[in-house]
Amino acid sequence: MALLEVRDLKVVFQRRGEQPFTAVDEISFDVEPGQTVGLVGESGCGKSVTSLAIMRLLAKRGNKVSGSVSFEGTDLLTLPDKEMRDRRGRDLGMVFQDPLSSLNPVIPIGLQITEVLERHRDMPRKKAAIEAVELLDKVGIPDPSRRLSEYPHQLSGGMRQRALIAIALACRPRLLIADEPTTALDVTIQAQILALLRELVQDTGTALIMITHDLGVVAGLCDEVNVLYGGRIVERAQRHQLFAEPRHPYTHGLLASIPRLDAGRGEKLVPIKGSVADNIPWAGGCAFAPRCPNALEVCRESSPQLVPDNGGLLRCHNPVRPAVAAGGGAR
Amino acid sequence: MNTLLNKKKEPIDKLAAASARGHSLGGEALRRMLRSPVAITGGVITILFVLLAIFAPLLAPKDPLTRYLQDKVNMGRGIIPGAMPGYPLGVDDFGRDFLSRLIVGAQQTLLVGVLATLIGVVVGMILGGLAGAFGGWVDTLIMRVVDVMLAFPSLLLAVSIAALFAKPSQWTVILAVSMIGVPIFARLLRGSMLAQRSSDHVLAATSLGVKRRSIVLRHMLPNSLGPVIVQATLTLATSIIEAAALSFLGLGDPDPSRAEWGLMLGNAAHKFLEIRPELAYYPAIAIIVVALGFTLLGESLREALDPKNRR
Repeated sequence: MALLEVRDLKVVFQRRGEQPFTAVDEISFDVEPGQTVGLVGESGCGKSVTSLAIMRLLAKRGNKVSGSVSFEGTDLLTLPDKEMRDRRGRDLGMVFQDPLSSLNPVIPIGLQITEVLERHRDMPRKKAAIEAVELLDKVGIPDPSRRLSEYPHQLSGGMRQRALIAIALACRPRLLIADEPTTALDVTIQAQILALLRELVQDTGTALIMITHDLGVVAGLCDEVNVLYGGRIVERAQRHQLFAEPRHPYTHGLLASIPRLDAGRGEKLVPIKGSVADNIPWAGGCAFAPRCPNALEVCRESSPQLVPDNGGLLRCHNPVRPAVAAGGGAR
Repeated sequence: MNTLLNKKKEPIDKLAAASARGHSLGGEALRRMLRSPVAITGGVITILFVLLAIFAPLLAPKDPLTRYLQDKVNMGRGIIPGAMPGYPLGVDDFGRDFLSRLIVGAQQTLLVGVLATLIGVVVGMILGGLAGAFGGWVDTLIMRVVDVMLAFPSLLLAVSIAALFAKPSQWTVILAVSMIGVPIFARLLRGSMLAQRSSDHVLAATSLGVKRRSIVLRHMLPNSLGPVIVQATLTLATSIIEAAALSFLGLGDPDPSRAEWGLMLGNAAHKFLEIRPELAYYPAIAIIVVALGFTLLGESLREALDPKNRR
């Protein structure tokens, strides 16, 4: 049994007087201990909502969450609120996109770490402070004991994200959800943070769900990749498989749109045409069909199912043939 | 930790830290205030006023209650002696030294202003805090009550509350004036608490399983206090004016021996404005200057705390 089994997770936004909107549509995936699973897709495809639904951080009002999220056999979605609060931070940790706004601006970093240690590991304040220094050291923050009394605005962006990771890891959660942890950082810091995450996963056997729109991040970190489109998984593959042979036209488009160093001078980038706004509902066809270069009649008439394909899963009537995709973007 | 990585990262982070290191939020605000002439003017007036109030018994040249020149005053014939050696501002209709009464009156003004504001802040923060923390029907209930309070013009509200008490005293004035502040503070705190509730760092704290009580008290409340502090400084000014207004209208402490600016102004205006108009000017100017001092201080504090103005 996997550490985390997400089954048919569905999130519907319901607002009074408005059409319900299905943000996440029956997503299922597993995460094993020590494994890194990527959720990839463009803005609005349901990545973040999936992670918030797993953590039960979506507001109860206006959001209908169904399906099951079983963590070591317990369904998190049906757990009483109090038990869920006990598990957050202890069993499941989360790292957010913007490290500055995710840290409390009026409390020193140290207190934000010891707060979690006191809460979940019943440590006295002094012992927690010693542990906090070790944690900051572990995530590569220089001079950690001095940092304890510093405020978030006194740290650099990279250090803030390190501190955030230290806080999330304080109670050694078995699952870490990283929601675009590198998006707000510049490229050099991005690489450091990714290396840090990779190392932590290897050292501690923590399972990691990596949410990103950056295929470079996927290439560097994930074991298995789920490509999301319009709230559904459209393709799942092992990392190398995905980059070598993208099967879904959307995945293929994403890979093709990456600027390449070996491209000829003056060669134009290849974007995916249209935007998410062009989507048609999954119920009547393939949501991607209006933007898809491979679209057939059938794509607008029947909704494709997620079927096993080439060792992974694929939801497409007319997938990209391997020959076409050859060399389509290993980075 | 990967040693190669460590070597690469350290100088970068150290450099970044050096430029970012410096001042806490409060220190930063203070530094900015010291550069602003408005803040300095407001601060100097406020400090002088507070010192005057604290050391009033020492600074007053004469006893404020003794009727030194009672036999020289004849209200029937409209005679009040003006300024003379020993009585630089003259005397009132009981022959008491006006300057000493003005100085001692600062005490009363400070006491009423500070206490009324304090009560307003505390009660308003409890109401607003509960509304912002719980939301739902608690929020709706509290905010409707607050809306009703806000619907009254401030002075009318204070007059009504002051008039409710059979025996007016300085405490009824304080209570009446504090009620003006309550809905303002409640609304302000609720607003910023609601903004905090949907903020990233509260979401992050929730994702760490931090208890709800700590989320409210440690994460939401301290981040919501800025506007409340600024409003409190501004409310000090209005409290002083409102309290003086109540006394002026005869809804304050009826004891005529008590030196109080509003009462002194009221007496001067009602009883002997034609004879000695300057006796009305002095307390009026005192009230205006002190209120101005607190307002300038409050305004510059708001500017200093506003992150948009950060340089």
